[in-house]
This record gives sequence, C-alpha cells and structure tokens, in this order.
Amino acid sequence: MVGASATAALAAVPSAAGAQPARTGEPVLAKVAFTMNGQRRELELDTRTSLLDAAREHLHLTGSKKGCDHGQCGACTMIVDGRRINACLTLAIMHQGAEITTIEGLGQPDSLHPMQAAFVKHDGYQCGYCTPGQICSGVAVLDEIKAGIPSHVTADLTAPVAVTEAEIRERMSGNICRCGAYSNIVEAMTEVAGTQVTRRRA
Amino acid sequence: MRSFTYERPGTPAEAAAAVARTPEAKFIAGGTNLLDLMKLQIETPAHLVDVNGLKLDTIEPTPEGGLRVGALVRNTDLAADPRVRKDYAVLSRALLAGASGQLRNRATTAGNLLQRTRCPYFYDTAQPCNKRRPGSGCAALDGISRTLAVVGSSEACIATHPGDMAVAMRVLDATVETIDAKGAARSIPIAEFHRLPGDRPEVDTTLQAGELITAVTLPKPVVGTHIYRKVRDRASYAYALVSVAAILGKDGSGRVAFGGVAHKPWRVEAAEADLPRGAKAVTDTVFADAKPTHHNAYKLKLAERTLGAALTQERA
Repeated sequence: MVGASATAALAAVPSAAGAQPARTGEPVLAKVAFTMNGQRRELELDTRTSLLDAAREHLHLTGSKKGCDHGQCGACTMIVDGRRINACLTLAIMHQGAEITTIEGLGQPDSLHPMQAAFVKHDGYQCGYCTPGQICSGVAVLDEIKAGIPSHVTADLTAPVAVTEAEIRERMSGNICRCGAYSNIVEAMTEVAGTQVTRRRA
Repeated sequence: MRSFTYERPGTPAEAAAAVARTPEAKFIAGGTNLLDLMKLQIETPAHLVDVNGLKLDTIEPTPEGGLRVGALVRNTDLAADPRVRKDYAVLSRALLAGASGQLRNRATTAGNLLQRTRCPYFYDTAQPCNKRRPGSGCAALDGISRTLAVVGSSEACIATHPGDMAVAMRVLDATVETIDAKGAARSIPIAEFHRLPGDRPEVDTTLQAGELITAVTLPKPVVGTHIYRKVRDRASYAYALVSVAAILGKDGSGRVAFGGVAHKPWRVEAAEADLPRGAKAVTDTVFADAKPTHHNAYKLKLAERTLGAALTQERA
C-alpha cells in the first residue's frame, strides 16, 4: 500500500513543475522562471510563495506593497502578460514563462513613466504606500479602455468605451487609498489619457 | 498556510485523475478565492493541480446557436466578448458588477461558479460554522446576518452564494460541462449545480470528487431586454445584498433570477407568468417560503424594489 501511494504521488509531480512530494507539514520547493521588468529570473521557491513575496522577499523588488494580502486593497498590483492582477493572490510558481512588470519596471526616478510623472504633478498620493499599485493599475486601466473592455458604468455595451471620470473611478475601485487621494489620481490618469489621445491623433 | 505539492497536468482527464487519486487535492485556476482561503487556513489542500495550462480558454459557437465558454475563460474576457455583449448582455453586466478589475483579469468561469460563501462566520475561524467545520454549529443564525440568506436556508446554514455570474447563467439556463477521473463527460443544468445547504452545508455543489468543469454552455440567445441590477453597500467592488438578473420581453413576458438571497441563484419559474402584474406579484411567489432573520428581512422588500426598478428600466 505504501509503495503504491508513493508511486501515485511521484507520478502526480511532473518534472516541469519541479515539486517534490510533501512529507506532512514540510516545505515543498519548486522551480520557476519568468521575466520581471525585462530581466529573466530563475527561482526555487516554497510552493506557497505568492508572486508578491517572490518579488519583495526573493528578488528584493520592494516597490510592490503588501497591504491586505487578500486581494482587497490593490497595493500589490502588477502587470502580468499585459494584465493587472493582485500579486498577493497568485502563486509565483503559476507564472512559468510570464512577462511581469512591477512599478520598478514602469520607470525609474530619472526616467519616469508618464503615469508616474502625472501622479507627481497632480499630487496623486499622500503617504505613498498604495501608490505603486495605483500607478500599475492606472496604466493598465487606460490600456483596458483602449482595448474596448467595458466596465460596470459603460452605458452601451456595444459602443466604444470612452475615458471619462466615471469610467476611471469604477475601474480603479480595486485600489484603495486610505489617505483619500482619489480625486488627484483621477486627474493624473485623465491627463495621461489625454496625452495618449493627442499622440494617437498626431 | 499548510504546505502543499503542486503539479501541472497536460489534459483535463489527467487533471481530474490527479485530484481523484491524490489525498486532499484541489484544482487551482485563477486562485483568487482559494489562495485567500488557504492563507486563512479555511482551505488546507495538501496538493494543488494547476489547470491553467489546459487550453480551456476559448469561447466557441455551438451547433444549437449558443456559445460554449471554456472553463478557463477569464471573467474580463467573457464580459468583453462581442458576442456576449450583444446577445447575452445580462452575463456581461453581471460579470462587470462583480469584484475588481484585477480580480476579473485572473478569475475564471469555472472558478467563479465554485467560489465559496463570504459569510463572515465562515471566514472567522474562532466561530462555529457547519460549512467550514461540519457539526460545529452556525454562529450566523443568532449573529449579525444582514448579508445572509433569506430563502432556501436551513437550521445548519444561512450562507449565500456570493457570485453575480451564476445568477445571470441561471436566467440564461446555462449548462455546466464536466469531466471525471475516468474521462467521462457529463452536463449539469445550472439549476442543479449549486446545492441548498440542508444538513450538508459543507457541500456547495453537485460535483463529485475529482470532477473538473471543462465549460459552461449557453443556449441560443434569449430575445428581450437584458438587465442585471445589483444593490450593495458601496458603488463598486462589493458583494450583492440583493441582485436581479432579468430578461424582459416587450409583451410583458420574461425570466428573472435573484442573487444575494440564497445558497444558490434563486429562480422560481412559476412566478414569471406574473411579471406583467408587477414586481410584488412576482416576489410574493418567489419568496413565499422565505425565512428571513431579524437582520435580513429587509432583503424581501429590497428584492421586490430591485425587480421593480428592473421593470421600470425595461420600459424606459
């Protein structure tokens, strides 16, 4: 019986995942490789490690913040394969081969992303803790609108989606700011969206 | 969090077999609900079977004129699909009324169906909860129950199914397609997919151990005005206190299902003939067997008024 179950457990772990069968309660390690901010990263992690902890604790990219760690606050928002997600609610080992952008990959102090520059200009933060998530989310929101993805406040599901204050507020509801910088965040995003519109016309 | 082993199988049948043969195994797709519950040690799988690579992420037309939605289609993609927006607007609306942009980008069609209740006593591991720990009791019965079920509940559990998507699927008469460990497929009407709690509230659905959802099939489009109205404590990113999914015809005919009121999307087809007589005539029948608590009796009036608003919206 013991032999049979051990065989089943081994068969259930393909080499691609790199996981070893668990002895009760002991950590299980698995390998994963992905690209973060343009740099290829190979890690061997406890299977329990969230993508957020992989970035912060193992790659020392501490820009992404751990707020609630339950997907409620948005401070951990990263852009994974072009889409914003809560990095706290996903396992790092589930992202084999993924292209991941954190706040550090959007821009640096001497070369700010337009959204970062607009947050500075419009004072889109106070304490700054939620800001990396707000900015990653803000960049992705404008991409989602450009891609025609509708939202709860989109009046006509069959018409193109416009950048409006109501659209921005609804789409940013997964990013909580305890300081209440919301109206300035909306201004920053509106400015970036306007700039993009101008660029597209030019 | 309890430690776990992890694998990525290559086919749906292999995934189902892996969960069936491995003790305390679970499927993981988006993970947005499961990992949350694992952090709280409410879910404690010893093995995770990652189904994200199973290529169940397309939306295809069916020979019957409907759509077959792969289990791994993300909520964002289902809501934004042009065919869904045009012919199944109630489903787009329900999806867009749920969660946040970040969560919808990860959450899958199958995972949305399988999300667990947000009853605060299910989440509070210091409290008794028959759904979390069978036989331990229900703290919600005498607790703060304003968000909980008013109909179809039992002495063991007054939790609600928290989702929006399933309420729209119920009004669309969707079918859940599955595969089991032996590779056998079956179709489950959405009405029979979620259970009432009875004396087994720990069992949310009629899925068997190791049975994997592969798709949700929508029948050919239902003509009419598609409406999803959701009433919640804040304007965005909150669960429904009451929601209404409705497809209403110009002649007064229609279909209606309610969310936020029961352990499953709540639809009473026999009441739909009363739609021309107004909201109260319908909800009097739909909620005839309601057993609200002191805290949540308001949901009965709220359901009537939310349906009334939907009927007004149709006439506008």
